[in-house]
Amino acid sequence: MSARATARPFPTAHSVLGNLLSLLVAGLVIVPMGLLLVRLLHPTTAVWIQLWETILPLMIRNTFLLMMGVGVITFSLGSGLAWLVTVYRFPGQRFFDWALVLPLAVPTYVMGFVYMATFDFAGPVQTTLRAWFGADLVFPNVRSGTGAILVMGLTLYPYVYFLARAAFREQSSLTFDAARAMGYSHTQTFLKLVLPMARPSLVAGVTLASLEAMTDFATVRFFNFPTISEGIVHVWQGMMNRDAAIELAAVFLLVALGLVMLERALRGRSRYYQHGARDGRTGGRITPVVLGGWRRWAATGACFLVFAAAFALPAARLALWTVGDLSRAATATALRTVYTGYVLRTFGLAAVAAVVAVGLALVLAQNARLPEHKMGRITARLATMGYAVPGAVIAAGVLITLAGVDRSIATAARWIGFNSSLLLTASIVGLIYAYVVRFMAVAYNSVESSMDKVTPQMDMAARTLGASPRQVLWRIHLPMVKIGLAAGAALVFVDVMKELPATVLLMPFGMETLSVWTYMLAAESLWESAALPALTIVVVGLLPVLLLMRVGRLTTAEERSA
Amino acid sequence: MKIHRLQARSALGTAATALVVILTAACGRSEARSNIVNVYSTRHYGAMEPMYAAFTEETGIRVRVSHGGMHALLERLKAEGERTVADAFFAVDAGGLWLAANEGLLQRVESETINANIPAELRDPEGRFFALSQRIRSIAYMPGRVDPSELSSYEALADRKWSGRLCMRPSTNVYTQSLVASLIAAHGEEKAEQIVRGWVANQPEYIDSDTRILQTIAAGGCDVGVTNHYYLGRLIDQDPDFPVKMFWANQDGRGVHRNVSGIGVTAAAANRQNAIRLIEWLSDRAGQAPDATGLPGSNFEFPVNSTVDAHPIIAGFGAWRADPIPLGEYGRHQADAIQLMERAGYR
Repeated sequence: MSARATARPFPTAHSVLGNLLSLLVAGLVIVPMGLLLVRLLHPTTAVWIQLWETILPLMIRNTFLLMMGVGVITFSLGSGLAWLVTVYRFPGQRFFDWALVLPLAVPTYVMGFVYMATFDFAGPVQTTLRAWFGADLVFPNVRSGTGAILVMGLTLYPYVYFLARAAFREQSSLTFDAARAMGYSHTQTFLKLVLPMARPSLVAGVTLASLEAMTDFATVRFFNFPTISEGIVHVWQGMMNRDAAIELAAVFLLVALGLVMLERALRGRSRYYQHGARDGRTGGRITPVVLGGWRRWAATGACFLVFAAAFALPAARLALWTVGDLSRAATATALRTVYTGYVLRTFGLAAVAAVVAVGLALVLAQNARLPEHKMGRITARLATMGYAVPGAVIAAGVLITLAGVDRSIATAARWIGFNSSLLLTASIVGLIYAYVVRFMAVAYNSVESSMDKVTPQMDMAARTLGASPRQVLWRIHLPMVKIGLAAGAALVFVDVMKELPATVLLMPFGMETLSVWTYMLAAESLWESAALPALTIVVVGLLPVLLLMRVGRLTTAEERSA
Repeated sequence: MKIHRLQARSALGTAATALVVILTAACGRSEARSNIVNVYSTRHYGAMEPMYAAFTEETGIRVRVSHGGMHALLERLKAEGERTVADAFFAVDAGGLWLAANEGLLQRVESETINANIPAELRDPEGRFFALSQRIRSIAYMPGRVDPSELSSYEALADRKWSGRLCMRPSTNVYTQSLVASLIAAHGEEKAEQIVRGWVANQPEYIDSDTRILQTIAAGGCDVGVTNHYYLGRLIDQDPDFPVKMFWANQDGRGVHRNVSGIGVTAAAANRQNAIRLIEWLSDRAGQAPDATGLPGSNFEFPVNSTVDAHPIIAGFGAWRADPIPLGEYGRHQADAIQLMERAGYR
């Protein structure tokens, strides 16, 4: 069931061009970060010493705890729920199957302020409990590491769920049936066979979730749980010491690179190719098991609990606040004039960034696909570093890079004899650039893991049968990876909509997005007013998610009828 | 050549997108002249729009605003240098204005009208920035659990009697930084650190929202907190029975801690005259109105123009005397204040 690609029969002329293009893409990502890293050559020692002696050890500890905690929660929730809805049938299974992806549309900082406003001392839950049980009631402190880890775990588990669900669905029933025939129970099959085989997807999902947690600064600030990411913003903005912040960011970058390599190691060198997977003839999908007795309600209960906590509750709270805010006549009038603009701008930015990121990811993935493309894999790894870097750091790198480009253009223009007033730094080029750098990994991971399923033998078979390389691409590769491309684009779209620090730093005049609107108001503790833009992010974020689920279902149906 | 076809396609697509984007950006810029003033503002959306609309109606000058965090906008001004599109920089913290001026990002402005409207202590001596509203950070308390006679100064909050009864904003917040900067300016670093260590020893509950601090006091989570006065103004506006009261600190000493929101004309302003007109208008009676049509009034802040009254809700908090420290001092001591809080273990 597993195969390793060996010889490669194709000529190499195109792989030179492929490498060049890949390098170009990687260069786009590396240059801004390289320019930041260069500043490490002149460390500002005094600041470092003070940081080491005061808050840095705590920040390192918190970052580690946060990533571990979020990793464990997202892994358990994501893979467990995906297994439940894929293999078992129970009341509500069809609903939860897609509904459990919905929290993907809720940004962590929105979840943060909703949970804080609901569960802290002055919030309605504790106030009600005090009214019932007296003022001496002891409630665990919500403003804590545990609070931050829980909230982020609940918001980020869909990364794992989404990828695990896709992986489980694509597993062949032959494997599953064989395991059952050998006397494995369902649980044993899950733990010993299904999970290990889904490892690439699971590791990718957990890595995305942990890195997202690591780069967040707004949510951990809400919960008084300073991490390194928060520290960078703190040193940079609070102490106005960009050099020290960049040094901290550089160290952060090295840690992130280590993690990305760890991910590769955990994914393993082997590739799993299944015979009989998803071809509708020799195997097909795992036959679902109908749960009986208390188990069916336990399954429903578990799914409902997660869905309520991660989506229904925050969405309802936002909806209530929005209604409250809109009921004030003054706000309603003010909103009518600006609201559509915000939505369209945000939507447009996210769409452009998603298309560019997936296009570039395809270039990288094509060039990194085959075992002998060492160069391609190295460039791909470099090009996807951005996901582990806080948005503010990327924005700074992009700003420095584009400011250099602007200066060069101005100089060149003067040589030719006219004045260039071109300002890339103040245009949406900078913003799109930062988004692409930041979310390249999201696009790439989706594209790459769907390409993992295209076996080298398929190329060889198609070529043997007389297909041209171009036909191989259009008739074999693209149909097989199109869900991966759609998934990648949808994930980038949602991520861009939620993105905050880079947007704040780089947005041009009149280009404010919904995330900035939300954050500005939430930071001013105007939660009711922040609810409408936040709710819009959630609702608009749902569209690509739902679309994605629909594309998945249609494809499955096509395959079944074929 | 299966690979490079696709790559060529996507590369072409990217190039085309980039071109469109660049052209759009270039066109957007050429429009930015004459009857316009571009403002980089750290004040959130919704706060200033009515004033800008009134200004446009009166002068025909359109105001375009780019919102952002203070440091983000400062970085951007620095990076854009002389090519910036911003004509004015609006900040909600005196420290931020001083930092901008100190980086050479703001230019000197001489205007009879502005100088007549804004008292000297609320202007940069070199004319690079001007306060437009006053915000007081002082001590909020719960009547019944705290008698105002028990309160006196920020320094006295280090007293052991407040152990477990304090709500404070974390050190990441610029208001906290400015408050500690004012302690450094008043007492020197050593004494200031002692005071902050005293606060820390009282194990305050750190809450990163002034509104939430006030609500937590009202709910009984703590007895005393340090907040800006206008957050209480907003809560009382929504609920006239909101129980928390404001105490003006240090009235027997140097005076209460005052911060400002304010504005300066950028060094590279292309629409300098329009920016000056905006400042003149905002500091005049219309811009300073105590109701929702004025800059201070819309946010329950105190006006800088002494011919204008304060909003009735905050006028009810009583008269105060402010620490006469020059506004620039907060910016000067900000980095020290943060390091001090780190050493003292203030979160």
